[in-house]
Amino acid sequence: YLPILGLPEFRANASRIALGDDSPAIKENRIGSVQSLGGTGALRIGAEFLRRWYNGNNNTATPVYISTPSWENHNSVFVDAGFKDIRTYHYWDAAKRGLDLQGLLDDMEKAPEFSIFILHACAHNPTGTDPTPDQWKQIAAVMKRRFLFPFFDSAYQGFASGSLDKDAWAVRYFVSEGFELFCAQSFSKNFGLYNERVGNLTVVGKDADNVQRVLSQMEKIVRTTWSNPPSQGARIVATTLSSPQLFAEWKDNVKTMADRVLLMRSELRSRLESLGTPGTWNHITEQIGMFSFTGLNPKQVEYMIKEKHIYLMASGRINMCGLTTKNLDYVAKSIHEAVTKIQ
Amino acid sequence: SSWWSHVEMGPPDPILGVTEAFKRDTNSKKMNLGVGAYRDDNGKAEAMIADKKMDKEYLPIAGLADFTRASAELALGENSEAFKSGRYVTVQGISGTGSLRVGANFLQRFFKSSRDVYLPKPSWGNHTPIFRDAGLQLQAYRYYDPKTCSLDFSGAMDDVSKIPEKSIILLHACAHNPTGVDPRQEQWKELASVVKKRNLLVYFDMAYQGFASGDINRDAWAVRYFIEQGINVLLSQSYAKNMGLYGERAGAFTVICSDAEEAKRVESQLKILIRPMYSNPPLNGARIASLILNTPDLRKEWLTEVKGMADRIISMRTQLVSNLKKEGSSHNWQHITDQIGMFCFTGLKPEQVERLTKEFSIYMTKDGRISVAGVTSGNVGYLAHAIHQVTK
Repeated sequence: YLPILGLPEFRANASRIALGDDSPAIKENRIGSVQSLGGTGALRIGAEFLRRWYNGNNNTATPVYISTPSWENHNSVFVDAGFKDIRTYHYWDAAKRGLDLQGLLDDMEKAPEFSIFILHACAHNPTGTDPTPDQWKQIAAVMKRRFLFPFFDSAYQGFASGSLDKDAWAVRYFVSEGFELFCAQSFSKNFGLYNERVGNLTVVGKDADNVQRVLSQMEKIVRTTWSNPPSQGARIVATTLSSPQLFAEWKDNVKTMADRVLLMRSELRSRLESLGTPGTWNHITEQIGMFSFTGLNPKQVEYMIKEKHIYLMASGRINMCGLTTKNLDYVAKSIHEAVTKIQ
Repeated sequence: SSWWSHVEMGPPDPILGVTEAFKRDTNSKKMNLGVGAYRDDNGKAEAMIADKKMDKEYLPIAGLADFTRASAELALGENSEAFKSGRYVTVQGISGTGSLRVGANFLQRFFKSSRDVYLPKPSWGNHTPIFRDAGLQLQAYRYYDPKTCSLDFSGAMDDVSKIPEKSIILLHACAHNPTGVDPRQEQWKELASVVKKRNLLVYFDMAYQGFASGDINRDAWAVRYFIEQGINVLLSQSYAKNMGLYGERAGAFTVICSDAEEAKRVESQLKILIRPMYSNPPLNGARIASLILNTPDLRKEWLTEVKGMADRIISMRTQLVSNLKKEGSSHNWQHITDQIGMFCFTGLKPEQVERLTKEFSIYMTKDGRISVAGVTSGNVGYLAHAIHQVTK
């Protein structure tokens, strides 16, 4: 059995990847880690802890804010963890196909103090639209002023821009601004370890004593959920992250994957523009990460699935990784058909 | 009628359900742009993997199908009517704990007749917080008799016969933890009869199949008997001990249903519970267990190994008793060989336990429980000597 909180070498390295080697929080020994079953498991343990301990002892009524849209499972995680007041915050501006920053900031201004906000660290799922560093600074300022709790979901570190550090910028900025926060990390995509369920919940607290007490309570939550986490995937990640050679090789692999996705984005966009497909398609290259919010409506999506056998989400979200040089033409033509035939 | 008639078919997961639909599609041009998983330019994930027959793709929410099917068959027996008719659902769980918890969450959401779970006194320490965190309440029925270091059968029957109808009762299938005290088959029959009369929902925890007697069928006898009596049980299995897969977290949760259609509905709801917990289970341990259970040669080898482990434990029990006799102990130590499985409730008192630790450096829990797995032919003499010193 691994210890309840997981493999020590995995936990320390995983949190270090998120927070950075020179993180003040690490130096000041005020971080904790809980090895979890994927990003989902990390989110759930964090949610269960917050519901029990965040602001007083019973947080079922504490508002939890999730972006519109977000990963569908976010809602279920917090509902099943016992939160009764799940709200949305503005995020995606469908008209301009970009971030609705003003809407987002307004929601934060209006949110009750001490509300919990689920933030996507990078490569927002499903929109692929991230705040710029300047926009993150504005977000952090409001959150600090209104005592809002940042719960980061980091499922694509390295995958978004190709750089681990760049993709962790927002989390690290919040830490440098003195926030206490949670960061749910997944190593499913950036390590390709999907089915081994490798995740980590990073906890950043005010001081070591606080973090220690938090971890002791998280242990109790873990013990009744899965007792202790699976060993295989964590050992792979720990070995890779703690070996300079393997770490360098892995970083390179991650960049290769990110670069291929970027290539597919530019190739799909250029084909749609060549075909003269109605609408604008620059959002495909402006969005970042694995997913693209194409803008296809549910009827057009149904056409794609039923007539063209191309499977995507009802929201119009496609996984850019599913595109290859061999199927780009077929997909572009199919999108063209869907958009021109179906309104 | 069934406990689960009211359980509706739940919707497929918005994201993972897309992959399920994609898998069913027979069109050669099909593409999956649904789930967030990386592919290379050949549309494959496998090229990056050394063994081309394998992949690292997410398992389905319910886990590895070959594993869950083999797990059900191991517990129920290949000739089981319930197994053959398909009137069961088995989902992969995170070893025993995770399987118990999924079941507990399922009961909290769908079992409206009662919030009460009856545990034997004593039970595994983690049972109580698992059910409590799932939102249920804990009660107890008499089980262990400290005076005889064996089963308080009349106490158990008395208590169980008074449990309010439609409550939940948890039973240890074999190798009761922590006492090592199991009912005899005749006693199981009487328990089944009273459970039926009281219309209780039975939840079996089977963490030691094969490990208790050395015979997987014998260890599953109670579970199978109850099902044959028409009791549609819930069952949690662990492969931590009997396959030594502790850290790989291989386990399973099963619901015996009225029919295959009900099993589908129950399965859909179990998936809806699992998705917001950890999405889908880890592959490694389940793959190993599945290979063992489904490969005749490996399965045979494993059964031999399990018997070997059980035999060694049984032999240590025998040697401990004979060594105690040799030491000149006049106490009755029969319970040591009557009890079964990994643990033994010795009957030692806290003061005696403290002396064992302080004077002999022998460590055990204050309730006098020893893990027989920690005894060897090299140290059993020392243990007997020490126990005799503190009890004479």
